[in-house]
Amino acid sequence: MKDRFNLYRFASPATFYPLAGVMIPYFAAVSVVFGLAGLWLGMLVAPTDFQQGEGYRIIFIHVPASWMSMFIYLVMAFWAAIGLAFNTRLSGMMAQALAPTGALMAFLSLWTGALWGKPMWGTWWVWDARLTSELILLFLYIGYMALTAAIDDARRADKAGGLLLLVGVVNIPIIYFSVKWWNTLHQGSSVNLTKSSMAETMLWGMLLMAMCFWMYSIAVAFMRVRTIMLERERHTDWVKAELANLVAGDEK
Amino acid sequence: MIHWKSFADFIAMGGYGVYVWGSFGVTALIMIIEPIMVARNRRITIARLKRQMRAETRTENRNAAE
Repeated sequence: MKDRFNLYRFASPATFYPLAGVMIPYFAAVSVVFGLAGLWLGMLVAPTDFQQGEGYRIIFIHVPASWMSMFIYLVMAFWAAIGLAFNTRLSGMMAQALAPTGALMAFLSLWTGALWGKPMWGTWWVWDARLTSELILLFLYIGYMALTAAIDDARRADKAGGLLLLVGVVNIPIIYFSVKWWNTLHQGSSVNLTKSSMAETMLWGMLLMAMCFWMYSIAVAFMRVRTIMLERERHTDWVKAELANLVAGDEK
Repeated sequence: MIHWKSFADFIAMGGYGVYVWGSFGVTALIMIIEPIMVARNRRITIARLKRQMRAETRTENRNAAE
């Protein structure tokens, strides 16, 4: 039975740790390639927008950062659900590793949004449904990190944080549909699965940047989860063996 | 194929330079600093865990000797 493919095997930190270590450089490299291609198309090739002039180019980071801020939260909520249902060790570590990156993405979404809002709407900030729900998302990330950091026992911290994540997931559809449900200053989506209102080069530039942000997030989360694994599993044989192998100052 | 007439044109971003470069600058900064912080945290954690492991082994050896 031992060589039967088993998904649960990858849920074990001892298996996931080396796997993540091998994959990090690939995700980082792919992220850089997508980023360079996206910046090339978006910043050098894409034409001027007929309404917003060159100011629209903020879209190439605003939209990817906003998408990632929502997507990372959904992934964390998924891990929280798995963790609460099956009591797996890996899920809490994954959620923990993703949270700071998700918070930074939410911050970037708000920051680039403010810098875009000022020239286009004449204000850095309005208490509009889209902007307010994105701000709540940032607070949910910060709340999750503060809550889990305040509880000493890691498994209990995972459970409390997981509950917060699952309750807060209601905010994601609110962000996504806010521009449809309410009259907002924020514009509706330019891109969805069936049609796009953007020029071809603009659209591809944005999609490439979204891929860059996605791969970046995976690489950074994998880096972080490997440290969390060493810390939390320090009393296991595999971590002791791993630490013994690590030469001082070696990052691998 | 390149949209811009000159480098100055590119930097000016049609008068939106401050907003566009303010967005891209902060994003670039965060995406450079975050991995550095994560790598640094990893080095510090590994050093601490190794110290703890050595201390534990010493205690065990002493206990065994007594």
